[in-house]
Amino acid sequence: MTNSLITNPLRKMMKRLVLRWLLYLLLCTFALYYMMPLFVMITTSLKNLEEIRTGSLMSLPREITMAAWSTAWSSACTGIQCEGLRPYFWNSVLLAVPAVLISTIIGAINGYVVAQWRFKLSNILFALMLFGCFIPFQVVLLPMARVLGMTGLAGSISGLIFVHVIYGIGFTTLFFRNYYVTIPAELVKAAKVDGASFWRIFFSIFLPLSLPIIVVTVIWQFTQIWNDFLFGVSFSQAGTQPITVALNNIVNSTTGVKEYNVDMAAAIIAALPTLLVYIVAGKYFIRGLTAGSVKG
Amino acid sequence: MMEWMEKQMPKLVLAPSFAASLIFVYGFIGWTAWVSLTKSKLLPRYDIVGPIQYQRLFDSPRWDVALSNLFVFGFLFIVISMLLGLVLAILLDQKIRTEGIIRTIYLYPMALSLIVTGTAWKWILNPGLGFEAMVQSWGWDSFTFGWLVDPDMAIYTVVIAGVWQASGFVMALFLAGLRSVDQEIIKAAQVDGIPTWRIYSSIILPSMAAVFLSAFIVLAHLAIKSFDLVIALTGGGPGYATDLPATYMYTMAFSRGDIGQAASSAMVMMMVVFAIVVPYLYSELRARND
Amino acid sequence: MSPILEIKNLNKNYGPTNILNDVNASIEDGEFLVLVGPSGCGKSTLLNCIAGLEPITSGTIRISGRDMTHVSPKDRDIAMVFQSYALYPTMSVAKNITFGMKVRGIEKAEQDVKLAEVAHLLQIETLLDRRPAQLSGGQRQRVAMGRALVRNPKLFLFDEPLSNLDAKLRVEMRTEIKKLHQNLGASMVYVTHDQIEAMTLATKIVVMKGGMVQQIGSPAEIYMRPANLFVADFMGSPAMNLIPARVTMNGKGASFTITRSAAPPMVLHDENIKSLPDNVLLGLRPEDIGDASLRKGRKLQISNCHVDVVEPAGADTYVLMTLGGVEVTARLQAETAAQRGANMEFTFNMAKASYFDANTGERLN
Repeated sequence: MTNSLITNPLRKMMKRLVLRWLLYLLLCTFALYYMMPLFVMITTSLKNLEEIRTGSLMSLPREITMAAWSTAWSSACTGIQCEGLRPYFWNSVLLAVPAVLISTIIGAINGYVVAQWRFKLSNILFALMLFGCFIPFQVVLLPMARVLGMTGLAGSISGLIFVHVIYGIGFTTLFFRNYYVTIPAELVKAAKVDGASFWRIFFSIFLPLSLPIIVVTVIWQFTQIWNDFLFGVSFSQAGTQPITVALNNIVNSTTGVKEYNVDMAAAIIAALPTLLVYIVAGKYFIRGLTAGSVKG
Repeated sequence: MMEWMEKQMPKLVLAPSFAASLIFVYGFIGWTAWVSLTKSKLLPRYDIVGPIQYQRLFDSPRWDVALSNLFVFGFLFIVISMLLGLVLAILLDQKIRTEGIIRTIYLYPMALSLIVTGTAWKWILNPGLGFEAMVQSWGWDSFTFGWLVDPDMAIYTVVIAGVWQASGFVMALFLAGLRSVDQEIIKAAQVDGIPTWRIYSSIILPSMAAVFLSAFIVLAHLAIKSFDLVIALTGGGPGYATDLPATYMYTMAFSRGDIGQAASSAMVMMMVVFAIVVPYLYSELRARND
Repeated sequence: MSPILEIKNLNKNYGPTNILNDVNASIEDGEFLVLVGPSGCGKSTLLNCIAGLEPITSGTIRISGRDMTHVSPKDRDIAMVFQSYALYPTMSVAKNITFGMKVRGIEKAEQDVKLAEVAHLLQIETLLDRRPAQLSGGQRQRVAMGRALVRNPKLFLFDEPLSNLDAKLRVEMRTEIKKLHQNLGASMVYVTHDQIEAMTLATKIVVMKGGMVQQIGSPAEIYMRPANLFVADFMGSPAMNLIPARVTMNGKGASFTITRSAAPPMVLHDENIKSLPDNVLLGLRPEDIGDASLRKGRKLQISNCHVDVVEPAGADTYVLMTLGGVEVTARLQAETAAQRGANMEFTFNMAKASYFDANTGERLN
């Protein structure tokens, strides 16, 4: 009897410890699962082709060489041209920055209207605009191609900016609306009594409060636009392609020897901006991901 | 005049976005629907002939493959992502000290373009030089993992890459959902002596119905849009074994010059999304307005 | 002299629902009007209509003799204090107070003068550089009032300004508002659901229910002569007793027969009544029912009643009994010898009685 009285609490503690270790083991295993592709990409990009052929997938490079990286950046072939990813990187920048800024600003103002200046149809209008986020974009590709052609924007970066802004407004409005809805309506009433106009209230009261949601929206939009492929491949041409299209061209080009290390280096270059944003501001990124989904 | 403008300002401000929505979403859907009922080939024609494009579509073996791939991929992608996400969320809910770091690691794939993901996994699943070769080099000579080039198994590689990308996000959603359960109910259950696993299965999980639904909607949406992933990972191949409606549509539109088929396949995609999303949006907005 | 505020036949519909029904009210310069009623009665909506923050469906609102029915809030010469204070969170106290003046383009020098005046009056001079988040509830309330005062308006509007404060602070701020009113002589319209606030602050009360005005009058009128059952029950704490009684008229006025369980019915008389229906509800406030051994008076009628519950409450003792089938509260002096379960002689002050029609609830006397 006394034996079990002494060992029982001990046994319980041991059981808890074992479970705890099991937990950490599981978590680490999964962490490895998620890290593995990144690890493989990095190591492969640092090997030379010989080593790739003879070595193993997850082995560390015997000799580290940056040759693949410089090829990927400045001389890889994306079809006829062999200028590497560099020009396409800048295409993506020229595309993403204006598109993010414009769609965010429009989303802020729309969200402000829908949250605090409701009128008879405003909820329905908002719902209709929101629906646009959910459609598969395949259904607008054809008519958009025609419209871009007719307005002379086909194959241009401005055309791509236009497309991303149009289809980004639904999400940005949603983000700002969900945020502005939490600001008490009495604040707007007080400002009205004070004599402030619609725009005054926005710039003097709402905008100063908006930093958190602006960050979330910008991060979300930047990630979406930088990572987009469908619009990029449908509406650009050889010189104006964004980096995702160029990457795909490099990897899937059928000419010559497959340079896996260059492919991997190119993939990392393409992924770096959004990855960096995620590492630096990941908290806000997660908030953006879950903001529209978990309806609170 | 100024007074009128000030009074109407909210409407004036919302109008352009709404007009854009009207034209570029609903107008365009209408255009595509219209064209899907015509004999358009390289150029659009506007004389309606009826549902011949849809008949051609469903007669096409390639479309059959694409559609069945969608359901196979969609089902596996959603179910596995949700299960994995749930398991990870429950694990992370156990008050881990390094939770922040681990969460960051699980979620980072969502920050990547699907092209990058496809490229990475294409290399990893490369039969001669990737995973298969590695396991063989460990001594297991007869190990094969040539799914990537096997027409019957290739679609499952897309599932693997997709799950890797999205499960972290599902985990983040579920973790937030788990944590939003009223702590007092859990404490009461603990005082009652209910074992932890039971607390999860009988109390926490049932109260997360809304989060499950959200996750399902987002995943379903991702699955239907999965164009980038397939292009990068398999290019739709081998042959058209990993075609999805999205890639079918793109090929018809820009390679084959068959706009009628492109339009009809796009409309079918639209209708599938519609059938899932509309009831969800409707119930959400209803709940909000109550 | 035209009234400072005049509301005529105001109706407000929201879609098919009628929110405010034929509201008429007016106040003279310097009055303190309180709109009181349970939640959902429309008092806040009415205040918002007066402010111009909500449109009305029909009727007129005149402020200082001018028709303001379609004028925007900023031109109505009003100022408003909100329940949640609604201070601009990213601005300092000083900027909060001067924001309205800035919008209207008033010279900075003049802004500073007005700011200093108001800050001194409300004793918030040391808070001017702080943000609202750094202030306590009472301080925020003062800043909100400062923002209103600095406009020097014709009409001050208060929308349940004390509801967010704890009980002690509420009493303090209530007194401050009353003092402000007396010192400034300003016209105020004040919304509250707390009938004690209404009674202490108002010079005139509007009792509302379901979008309709139940009664308008001074606090004394409302208290002593409620116009219907709702007002009788809502105003005054503890509530007025409403006892079912059967009426018989005779040469000397009316007699009221009230049933009691396990005892013969008691009868009370009122000689000032000319006629009443057969069944009425007799309204008597708890302080109008007393301990016969402690209270003397020729006009008081005495009856022997059974005591159900005794609740000592410091300066008073509340005694509950059952008359006419309902629970009746009597407010006795603390020295009373009332005992639970025993019978005692009670005095009934019929001079203060109100009679209500049992069906319509309207006052009959």
